[in-house]
Amino acid sequence: MTALNSYRTGPDFRGHFGIHGGRFVAETLMPLILELEQAYEAAKVDPAYHAEMAGYLTHYVGRPSPLYFAERLTDHLRAVSAASGGNGGAKVYLKREELNHTGSHKVNNVLGQILLARRMGKERIIAETGAGQHGVATATLCARFGLKCVVYMGAVDVERQAPNVFRMKMLGAEVVPVQSGSRTLKDAMNEALRDWVTNVHDTFYCIGTVAGPHPYPAMVRDFQSIIGRETREQMQEMEGRLPDSLIACVGGGSNAMGLFHPFLDDPTVEIYGVEAAGRGLDTHEHAASIAGGRPGVLHGNRTYLLMDDDGQITEAHSISAGLDYPGIGPEHSWLNDVGRATYLSCTDQEAIDAFQLLTRLEGIIPALESAHAIAKVVELAPRLPKDHLMVVNLSGRGDKDVPQVAEILGTSLGA
Amino acid sequence: MTTQATTRISTRFAALKEEGRPGLVTFVTAGDPDGETSLAILKALPGAGADVIELGIPFTDPMADGPAIQAAGLRALKGGQTLAKTIDMVRVFRTEDTTTPVVLMGYFNPIYIYGVERFLTDAKVAGVDGLIVVDLPPEEDDELCLPALNAGLDFIRLATPTTDDKRLPTVLEHTAGFVYYVSITGITGSATPDADLVAAAVARIKAHTTLPVAVGFGVRTPEQAKAIAAGADAVVVGSALVEVVRRTLDQEGKATANTLPGVEALVIELAEAVRAIKR
Repeated sequence: MTALNSYRTGPDFRGHFGIHGGRFVAETLMPLILELEQAYEAAKVDPAYHAEMAGYLTHYVGRPSPLYFAERLTDHLRAVSAASGGNGGAKVYLKREELNHTGSHKVNNVLGQILLARRMGKERIIAETGAGQHGVATATLCARFGLKCVVYMGAVDVERQAPNVFRMKMLGAEVVPVQSGSRTLKDAMNEALRDWVTNVHDTFYCIGTVAGPHPYPAMVRDFQSIIGRETREQMQEMEGRLPDSLIACVGGGSNAMGLFHPFLDDPTVEIYGVEAAGRGLDTHEHAASIAGGRPGVLHGNRTYLLMDDDGQITEAHSISAGLDYPGIGPEHSWLNDVGRATYLSCTDQEAIDAFQLLTRLEGIIPALESAHAIAKVVELAPRLPKDHLMVVNLSGRGDKDVPQVAEILGTSLGA
Repeated sequence: MTTQATTRISTRFAALKEEGRPGLVTFVTAGDPDGETSLAILKALPGAGADVIELGIPFTDPMADGPAIQAAGLRALKGGQTLAKTIDMVRVFRTEDTTTPVVLMGYFNPIYIYGVERFLTDAKVAGVDGLIVVDLPPEEDDELCLPALNAGLDFIRLATPTTDDKRLPTVLEHTAGFVYYVSITGITGSATPDADLVAAAVARIKAHTTLPVAVGFGVRTPEQAKAIAAGADAVVVGSALVEVVRRTLDQEGKATANTLPGVEALVIELAEAVRAIKR
C-alpha cells in the first residue's frame, strides 16, 4: 500500500474507508439512501445551508463551546507523577461539549440532519438512542421546528436513563421501548431501520453516530467536526500551537470523530479513542469492538463488531448506555487499521472512579461516557511531560447518570 | 453465468408455466425450533405442495424482518443452529429430493464470517440452488452476488415498491433464478399487500426481465396467497408458517406432536388455493 497523502479524504464514492463502511441495506432503503446522499451533497455546497446552520449553532446551541484548562485535574495528575518519583503531568484541557444546549455533542449532528430533512421536505423524524442524549437532541430540534418525532430506545436503556426518557416526552417525542434482542442500542437501531423501511415516503432517519450506511458516517462526522475545528483555533489562541494529543470515548464514535478529524493530517498530534471495557476485556461483558471484535457487517456498514464464531452479533455491556453497542463507526475501524489512531479501553470501575474524580476536582459532572476518556487521561497524563498539551472531549454532562451512579456507589459503600 | 443455464429453479418455473399455474414458495427458518423438527418440516414441504423452498439462515439482527421471523431466528439460535448446520440440512434433504429448488435466505454477516468462497463451495455441494441476502443491494455486488453467480448459484434480488423504473435495471442486472418482489414497504409479516397494486408492479418488472417474479412479504392466508399469485409467477409465504411453529410449541418452547402436522396443514391449504388458479 502506498503512503497516504491525507487521512481526511475518505470515504470513496461507495462509502468505503479501507475495507470498512459501505451500503449494506435492504433494497427498500437503497433509493432513500441515494436520495439522502444527493441532498447532502447539494446542501454541502450551498452557502445558505451553512449560514442557517451557523446561526443556530451560535444562538440556539451556544457554540463555540469553551476549551477549558483543567487546572486542578492537571495539578492532581502532576502530584500523581511526583508521588511515583516522576516530574511529569500533561496539561489537560477539556473541550466542553457538555455545555451545549441539550447537554452533549449530539446536538451538533442533529441540527445538521434536521435542517437537511427540512430541505428534503420530510416531516417525520425517527431516531435511535442509547443513553438518550441523541434522542433528547432530536426531540429538542423536532420541537423547535414543529416536526413529528419518534425515538426508539432499548427497554433496558429506558429503565437506566429515566431522566432522559422524561425529557424526550416533555419535548413531545414518542419514545418506543424496544423489547427485541438484547433490548439496548443495537436493537433500537434495528427497530428504527424497520420503521424507516415501513414509512419510506415521509420519514427521515436521524442517525446519532458515525455509523450506518453511507453517507451517514461521513455526514455525521462532518457535522461533528466543528468540535475539532474550534479546538484547533482555541488552542492556537491559548497556547500558540497545536495540541500534542487528543482523547475521546468511543461507542459509535461521533464525539471522537468530531474532535479527531480536523487533526488527522497533523502528524505530531497523537490520537486516542477509548472503548468501553465493561467488566473487563477477558469477561465477554464489554463493548470494545476493536479490542475484542473483528470486521463484520451490521446496520448498513462493515466495521469491527462483537460476534460469535457463527457471525451472530453478541450483546455488548457497558455501565454507560451510550457506549453499550457491539460496533463502532467504520472510519474509526479504518483509522485503527492504518495506525493513525490508537484505541484504548476503560472498565466500568475506572469510569466510575474518573466520574467522581472530575466532579470533585473541577466541579464538572461528566457523562459516564465521557468519564471513560477521563479515566485514560488519568492513566496517560502523569507519564507525559508537563509541556504536553492534552485535549479530552467532555462530550456530555452527567446529570442523567446521577441516579445510576448513586445507586452503584450506595451499593458498594454498603458492601 | 447466463440466464439460459438450466437449474433446478429454472426447471421448476418452466414446469409451472407448462402446468399453467403459479407456484408456492414457502419460507421456514432453519433450526426452528430445533434441528430435528426443522429437518422434518423441510422434508415435508414438497409433499404438502411447496414448489420452491426458502430456508432462512438465522441471524441475531434481521433488520428487514418482523417479529415472527425475528423470534423464529432466535429460537433456532437458542437451539444451537449455525450456518454449517443449515447447509448440512440441505445436504440431507437432497439425499431424498433432487428436484425441489432450495434457496437460502438471510443476512450477510454469517456468510461473511463463514467465508464467502468456502460458503459458496459448501452450499453448492450440499445442493443449494440460490441465495437471497437481504442486506446486499447491487451496490455491494462484489461481496457475494458476482462470486455466487460464478460458483453456479442463482443470486435472487429483491425488488421493492421503492425500486423505480430508473433503478430497476440496476437491480435486475445480476439477478438470476427469479425476482423476489417485496409487495409492501415494510418488514416481513406486517401489512397486507394490495393485489391490484402488486399485479401492476409485477407487470412493470416483467417489462424489464424474462425472469419469473415471485411476490412476498405480508402474505398470510390461502385467500391472500391466491389473490397475489393470480398476478405473479409465484407467491411467497413465510411469517404465517413460522407462526404455526411458534403456536404449536409447549411451554418450554419445545416442538410438540402438532408442530410438523400444523405446518404441513397450512402448506396444503396454501397450495390448494394457489393451484386453483389456471392460466
